[in-house]
Amino acid sequence: MSHGLSTEPRSDTARAIAGGRKPRRWGAWYVALHRFRVMKSYTGTVVVAGIGNPLIYLYALGVGLATIVDVDLGGVSYLVFVAPALLASAAITVASEEFTYPIMLGYKWNPTFTGMSASPLRPTQIVDGVMISVAVRMTVNLLLFFALILVFGAAPSPIAFLMIPAGLLGGLAFGAVLMGYTSTLEEDTGQLAMVMRFVVLPMTLFSGTFFPLSTFPIALQWIGWISPLWHSTELARVFSYGYAEPIWLTVVHVAYLVALVAIGWAWARRIAVRRLGR
Amino acid sequence: MKRYGDFAAVDGISFEVAPGESFGLLGPNGAGKSTTMRMVGAVSTRTAGDLSVLGLDPDAFGPEIRSQLGVVPQSDNLDTELRVRENLLVYGRYFGLPGRLVAKRADELLAFAQLEEKGKAKVDSLSGGMKRRLTIARALINDPRVLLLDEPTTGLDPQARHILWDRLFRLKEQGTTLLLTTHYMDEAEQLCDRLVVVDKGTIMAEGTPAELIRRYSSREVLEVRFGSDRNSEVAERLVGIGDRMEVLPDRILVYSDDGEAELVRITDAGLHPITSLVRRSSLEDVFLRLTGRSLIE
Ligand SMILES: Nc1ncnc2c1ncn2[C@@H]1O[C@H](COP(=O)(O)OP(=O)(O)OP(=O)(O)O)[C@@H](O)[C@H]1O
Ligand SMILES: [Mg+2]
Repeated sequence: MSHGLSTEPRSDTARAIAGGRKPRRWGAWYVALHRFRVMKSYTGTVVVAGIGNPLIYLYALGVGLATIVDVDLGGVSYLVFVAPALLASAAITVASEEFTYPIMLGYKWNPTFTGMSASPLRPTQIVDGVMISVAVRMTVNLLLFFALILVFGAAPSPIAFLMIPAGLLGGLAFGAVLMGYTSTLEEDTGQLAMVMRFVVLPMTLFSGTFFPLSTFPIALQWIGWISPLWHSTELARVFSYGYAEPIWLTVVHVAYLVALVAIGWAWARRIAVRRLGR
Repeated sequence: MKRYGDFAAVDGISFEVAPGESFGLLGPNGAGKSTTMRMVGAVSTRTAGDLSVLGLDPDAFGPEIRSQLGVVPQSDNLDTELRVRENLLVYGRYFGLPGRLVAKRADELLAFAQLEEKGKAKVDSLSGGMKRRLTIARALINDPRVLLLDEPTTGLDPQARHILWDRLFRLKEQGTTLLLTTHYMDEAEQLCDRLVVVDKGTIMAEGTPAELIRRYSSREVLEVRFGSDRNSEVAERLVGIGDRMEVLPDRILVYSDDGEAELVRITDAGLHPITSLVRRSSLEDVFLRLTGRSLIE
C-alpha cells in the first residue's frame, strides 16, 4: 500500500531543502516571466490594437455618435461621458483574451501547466503568475488608452489617471472569475464562444457603457448591478470627471470588485491544485 | 495507493530505491506505472499509503523534492509557443537557477540532445524523436539527483535509443538515481539494476533482471511456428516437451535449458515447424509467465 525511496544521505535532503527555497518565494514571478516571453510573440498585436482600438472607439462614439445623442449626462459632453466606459471595457476585452484560450492551452492543448507542475512550482503559483502577467499587460493597455483619452481632451479631472487602477480592478475582477470558470473546462466544446456571446457582449451593452444605466428599464438594470464592468465604469467616471454619486456607492464599487477578484482567484487556485494534482 | 473515483489505479505498490540505483517499473498498458511516477514526482497526491522521496514527504515538501528531480513524462509537454532553446531557458528558471547558468547548461544540453542546429527552431517543426530528446534535455536542466523517466525511448530510432542509454548510464555512474518505466525488455535489461513487474496496480514480481529470468523462466526458449491456424492443434501433441509451454496466436514458446535438444525431440515426433528459433530467455518471458499476456499488445 505504500512505496518509498529509502532514506537518502543527508546531503540530498539538504540539497532539496535548499533547492525549494527560491521557487517557494519567487515561483509566481517565474511563471509570469514565462507568460511575458509568450506575450512577446504578440507584442505587435497588443500595441497596435492597444492604440488602434481606443482611437477608433473614441472617435466613432465620442465624436461621431455624440452628434446624435441627446440624453442628460449630468453636464458633460458625450465624449467625456463615454471615454471612461470605453477604457473600462478595454480591460474586459484583455481579460476575455488572456483568461480563456491561454488557460485552455496551459491545461490541455499544450499542457505547459503540467510541465510547470513537475518543476518546483506549485499549482497556486501558476495561477498567481498568470494573474500577475495579465495585470501587467492590462496596465500597458490601460496606459495607452488613457494617453489617447488625454489626447482627445476627454478627462477633465486632475485625478483622472485613477481611471487606470479602476479599469484594472474591473478587468481583473471579471478575469479572475473567468479564469476560475475556464479552469473547470476539460474540453472546449463551444463554452468559451458562449461566454463571449452571452456574457461579455450583453455585459458591454447593459453596463451603462454607452448610456447611463438609469435610462434602461428597471428590469434590465440588474445586469448592470452585477456586472463588474458597470462598477468599474462608474468608478472611472468618478475619477475622470467627478461624476457625482454618493460616497457609499463608490465604496460599494471598490468592495464588489475586490470581492470578485478574491473569489475568482481563490476558485482558480483551488481548481489548479485539484486538476494538476491528479 | 491512488484511487480515481471507485477505481484503484495503484493499489499495493511498495518499493524502495537506493541512491544511485537504477530501478524499473515494467508493466502493460494501464498497469499504473505513470500514476506511480507522478506520485513519486510529488505531483499526484496519494489517496493512501506512505511515500518518502529524498527523505521528505511529498505532501509537505513538494517544491523541495521537485527541485531535485528531472521528469520525462510519458507524453511530451514542451511549450510550443516558445522556440527550442527557450524551452530550456524558461524551464531552468522555474528552479530559480541564475540565468547565466541556465544558458550555459542549455547549450550543453542542446549538444547532448543533438539539437544544436535547432536552437531557434519552433518546437512544432521538430520530429517526434527530436521532441523526445528535447524533453529529456529539459529534464536535466537542474542537474537532478533523481531522474524519473516514463517510457523515455518510446518513439526514438534505434541509434537515438542507444545514445540515450549510454547517456543514462553515464548519469548513473555519476550517482544519479534513475526510476524508469518501459515496455521494452531490452531497455529494462540494459538499464535497470532492479525492477518490479506491475499489473493492474499491484506488484507481480521484484528482483534483478537476471533473478527474475532465473525464477520465472528457463535458460533458453525455443520458438516454433506451424502457421497461425495449426499452432494450438500442434501444441496438444507437444505435451511433455520442455519444462513449460506458452501457446501464442502466432507461435509456440517452449521453455527449456536446452532449446536445440527440444527441437530435435519435436522433429523426431514427426512435426516440422515452418520456422524455429532458439534464444536466451528474456524479461518478456517473465512477463508472459506472470500475467499470461505479452507486454506489447
Ligand atoms: N486522471 C485520471 N482519471 C481517471 N483514471 C485515470 C487517470 N489517470 C490514469 N487513470 C487510470 O489509471 C490506470 C493506470 O493508468 P497509468 O497511466 O498509470 O497506466 P500506465 O501503466 O502508465 O499505462 P501505459 O503503459 O499505457 O502508459 C488506467 O486504468 C487509467 O485509465
Ligand atoms: Mg504510462
